Amino acid sequence: MTMNVIMRDREPRAEDLIKGETGDWEIILGLEVHAQVTSNAKLFSGASTEFGAEPNTQVSLVDAALPGMLPVINAYCVEQAVRTGLGLQAKINLRSVFDRKNYFYPDLPQGYQISQFKHPIVGEGEVIIDLAGGRSESVGIERLHLEQDAGKSLHDQHPAMSYVDLNRSGVALMEIVSRPDMRSSDEARAYVTKLRTILRYLGTCDGNMDEGSLRADVNVSVRRVGEPLGTRCEIKNVNSIRFIGQAIEYEARRQIELIEEGGKVVQQTRLFDPKTGETRSMRSKEEAHDYRYFPDPDLLPLEFTQEFVDHIKATLPELPDDKKARLIADYGLSPYDATVLVGESARADFFEAVAKGRDAKLASNWVTGEFFGALNREGHSIEESPVTAKQLGELIDLISDDTISGRIAKQVFESMYKTGRDPAKIVEEEGLRQVTDLSAIEAVIDEVLAANPDKVEQTKVKPALVAWFVGQVMKSTSGKANPQVVNKILAAKLGLSSDD
Amino acid sequence: MSVDQNTVRHIARLARIAVRDDELEALANELNGILSWVEQLGEVDTDGVEPMTGAVEMVMKWREDKVTTGNLQKEVTANAPGGDDGFFVVPKVVE
Repeated sequence: MTMNVIMRDREPRAEDLIKGETGDWEIILGLEVHAQVTSNAKLFSGASTEFGAEPNTQVSLVDAALPGMLPVINAYCVEQAVRTGLGLQAKINLRSVFDRKNYFYPDLPQGYQISQFKHPIVGEGEVIIDLAGGRSESVGIERLHLEQDAGKSLHDQHPAMSYVDLNRSGVALMEIVSRPDMRSSDEARAYVTKLRTILRYLGTCDGNMDEGSLRADVNVSVRRVGEPLGTRCEIKNVNSIRFIGQAIEYEARRQIELIEEGGKVVQQTRLFDPKTGETRSMRSKEEAHDYRYFPDPDLLPLEFTQEFVDHIKATLPELPDDKKARLIADYGLSPYDATVLVGESARADFFEAVAKGRDAKLASNWVTGEFFGALNREGHSIEESPVTAKQLGELIDLISDDTISGRIAKQVFESMYKTGRDPAKIVEEEGLRQVTDLSAIEAVIDEVLAANPDKVEQTKVKPALVAWFVGQVMKSTSGKANPQVVNKILAAKLGLSSDD
Repeated sequence: MSVDQNTVRHIARLARIAVRDDELEALANELNGILSWVEQLGEVDTDGVEPMTGAVEMVMKWREDKVTTGNLQKEVTANAPGGDDGFFVVPKVVE
């Protein structure tokens, strides 16, 4: 797609500028994201969309473009595109038109891709991106249109031949085109992250970048601050959020160096090579991108009613921005914690289950701290977690009612994560209950003091030694004594003023 | 609107049709004949008429999201000039 140069006016932020030899440069970024529609069958045929099948086993005669075969649109794919448009706060077009985009390539049996050119199904919308330090920015959406995916070519099977698998050919894609509203690789990464989150909330794309369900074409240009837009290069098909960041950093610096050395940026399509971290020019698929779009005579315009749209609107889930606002309002969370939690709806659901009827701050600390930490460490998704929200809630109850200390709770949590056992059971069986009985703690303290008369003497000149005594008491109680209580009693017995 | 020989060469290239240089002039003349014939449509007054892609008053049919076909690997690849292990095989298309 060619992007219109409609963009938001933004004052450049000093930290986003790149220092060149001759001054500061601003990066201008716009993204075209291809998101595979979650559906059982393809956009215009009844072949399956499932990933990983044997080559060419999910190809209908329509997908193979055999003569006389006609496309018939999949109603669910239309619904999914509308749902996505609503999730992007975008205008839904009740009438849109499918066009043919003509080019020759072995993985495109029709010789054209069915796409939408002049009249897309979804018009202008907006995505709010969440950035470091609680900053957020608005990125304009220019359009979303439905189109067919191409097949897959494998170039490494044979020295002189390419192998073509058409299983993906005809699968429904949503191309989501942003305005050139982003100014740094961080913003581009935040945009794709947020878009992916929204799509996953909506259930319209699984967002699986490893399987190619979400891919981005990144448009990069640079300009000296205050100058008109520079010539852009398009980096095609970047398939991870990290690579998007790397590709932008490399490409922006390449363009700046080129211009500063007296050269000119040539508008071209480039590829990002993850192995070298560089972008390189790609031989163009079709000279001068002469796609000769025209309305596909096999398909009538796509028309539906406002009622159809309203019906889909009524079934939308709570979206990330609304959820974030609600978590902040209802649970008093910081914007940062709320952003972390709403990144996946399953995370937010887990938090809410844990926080219900409990101290929200404590619940958020445990969910975003120990719990997410363990998931990351073990590479588990939230669905694979051995610890349930109910169990984590019970653990927090044990801390709140002083059955165990925060320190012991971490130990109990590790054990829960390893074994999946209930926290109360672990505390009981391993004898981890916190000793709050004053006389019991006092007895231990007396024992420790009696055994170390020399150290008791030293505390008179060196009060900091009290920490050593606390350590000894915690050691002989296996960490089960309440540390505040121990401190207090020790201070009293040693004749020091307590910090409490 | 008229086309010159360079345009004919360009269109032929886009359509992957091999056209010899000595054929260009004749083809340009032929195409210009067709274009000027079609241009007669410009004489019709179309003010206030919505552009349309079909002449029949009907709405597009939609299909349910059901898998209705598949496992046609042999049939689908049967006409290909080259194949291996269920793939189409073509001369290498990357540098």
